Amino acid sequence: MDLRETVKNSYLMLVRNKMRSFLTMLGIIIGVMSVIVVMSLGESAQGLILNEVKSLGSNLIGVLPGKSDDSGPPASVYGIVITSLKNNDGQEILKENHPNVEGIAMYVQGTDVVSWNATSVVETFVGTTASYINVEDAKIEDGRFFTVDEEMSNAKVAVIGSDVAEQIFGDQEPIGSQIKIKKTNFTVVGVFEKRGGGLVQSQDKQIFVPIKTAQNLLLGINYINYMRIKVDKPENIDSVISTTEEVLRRNHNIQDPKDDDFTVRSSAAALDAISQITDAIKFFLVAVSAISLLVGGFGIMNIMLATVQERTKEIGLRKAVGATNFDITLQFLVETVFITFVSGAIGIILGILISWIVAVVAQALDYSWPLIISPWSIFLGSFVSISVGLIFGIVPARKASELHPIEALRYE
Amino acid sequence: MLISVKNLKKDYSEGEVTTNVLRGITFDIHKGEFVSIMGPSGSGKSTLMHILSFLDKPTFGEYFFEDKEINTLTDDQLASMRSKKVGFIFQSFNLLNRATVLENVMLPMIYAGIPYSERVFRAKQFLSEVGLDHRINYSPANLSGGEKQRVAIARALVNNPEVIFADEPTGNLDSKSGYQVMKILQELNQKGNTIILVTHEKNTAEHAERIIQIKDGLIVGDNKVLQRQFFDTEKEELKK
Repeated sequence: MDLRETVKNSYLMLVRNKMRSFLTMLGIIIGVMSVIVVMSLGESAQGLILNEVKSLGSNLIGVLPGKSDDSGPPASVYGIVITSLKNNDGQEILKENHPNVEGIAMYVQGTDVVSWNATSVVETFVGTTASYINVEDAKIEDGRFFTVDEEMSNAKVAVIGSDVAEQIFGDQEPIGSQIKIKKTNFTVVGVFEKRGGGLVQSQDKQIFVPIKTAQNLLLGINYINYMRIKVDKPENIDSVISTTEEVLRRNHNIQDPKDDDFTVRSSAAALDAISQITDAIKFFLVAVSAISLLVGGFGIMNIMLATVQERTKEIGLRKAVGATNFDITLQFLVETVFITFVSGAIGIILGILISWIVAVVAQALDYSWPLIISPWSIFLGSFVSISVGLIFGIVPARKASELHPIEALRYE
Repeated sequence: MLISVKNLKKDYSEGEVTTNVLRGITFDIHKGEFVSIMGPSGSGKSTLMHILSFLDKPTFGEYFFEDKEINTLTDDQLASMRSKKVGFIFQSFNLLNRATVLENVMLPMIYAGIPYSERVFRAKQFLSEVGLDHRINYSPANLSGGEKQRVAIARALVNNPEVIFADEPTGNLDSKSGYQVMKILQELNQKGNTIILVTHEKNTAEHAERIIQIKDGLIVGDNKVLQRQFFDTEKEELKK
């Protein structure tokens, strides 16, 4: 019995029993679909985050408190508070006068209620240095950024992101207004130009105040969360990193690099670290959705076993007219694989469709969300659905082939 | 010699109880014969037919088909013998309702490895011989009992078998359809086909040339039919 014939029979079997075929296929369709969607969304989200990091510029070095191993991120990334980085660390690095350093910005962060007149909203505020505007290439739309003098003198001035301006002030003029952050009044001196994008941290959604003001009046801390160093050219990054590490070790009295209480990373290294985290999340999600494929497989096995029972007489007849055990095994196996393969194809199409819809919606919401459907996910979807058919089809097919022809013929 | 069995025995064990269904059967059947195997239900006639048609193996004894020892064949070799050497007509037709009449008749040729176009050609030819040209795209479910059995006959013939086994072929039919089926079998026999008919009805058995009577697993009679029954098409009635 040739394979083409068997496949054609499987097709007819499927078409002549539409409702049951559909229900049989549903498990695999959903399984493959979710694998495709999860993989696509995972890649797209990863792309979005990585783009964001890249948008910060490839010539930035980040300094974070706490030690980390070679590739992983330091603990502070996960929200653990480490207080080893201080304001004078940044100043010491500046004093070193490395020729390739264009600027150093330091940061602290907090979230609190911000109010103006009757409006009260919870916003993220960032305490930073006057160098922020240069280091981050930020553009002011209206007014100005705060000065070094203001930074050093605990001035109560604030520069706000475009979304914050809209949210708090609406059509009103923000410049010169007094906003209250945690019982302290700040004068708004500038509004940033809209930057767009931004998922994790968006300048548009933050309020910027001088770093010491934030440390003393808003947070009550004497350490900084992180700093960024701007280097003139990407090729000088390594040199700046080693200088930075030397200065920090000296400043922290560290002899052995193993005892470092800080992490210096270029944005390229940060990209790697982020990729690692998002990869892990992606694979976890794929593994979860793969479980539904397994469930779908058992569903198919169940139906195929019922089918074998139902078609006992047919199997008996086929054997009587000359079918070998192999012919019968092949017939049922091909039927199962055919069902799972068709389900897989439908699942892939639906998965692509859903990923596409998500991308369209995300893009409409102004995220730079790329639609990524990797050939790998399509290959995986087809491969897994065929394998599920082979694995879960074997048992019913064997059972069918082992039926004794006479008993099968007599079966009612 | 087409078929030769010597001291054939078949036991069935269910738990502790062993039933001796066949207890030593010996006979020969020549090519071109029309033989009835007759006996009451439980006599072992169906079991004997299953062994003769390679669907089952005896517990003891020898079976030669075209002088070839059958008992030593593997399952796959038996499947091949069923495919090439025998055709079946069952009491309950055993047609696949999911497939068309034409596909049903083509089925045995699939396993004989005959190419598709040849299969269609031969299936149509045999359906035409049993007068069912106009029904080839029907589902067997929509046919009358007589038509179903004629489809089954066409199916039994497509691989040009050495022997046609008919197991109570008229059992589910009204008398007119039954006579038609017997007439077809007699015509096939006249063309040279060997036919082995299994039945419990004396009337039906007497359409054959020879009756082997079985009772309790033993042959109790093996005689030529002296007054053979024929179905006369002209008068549409039975004549002795």
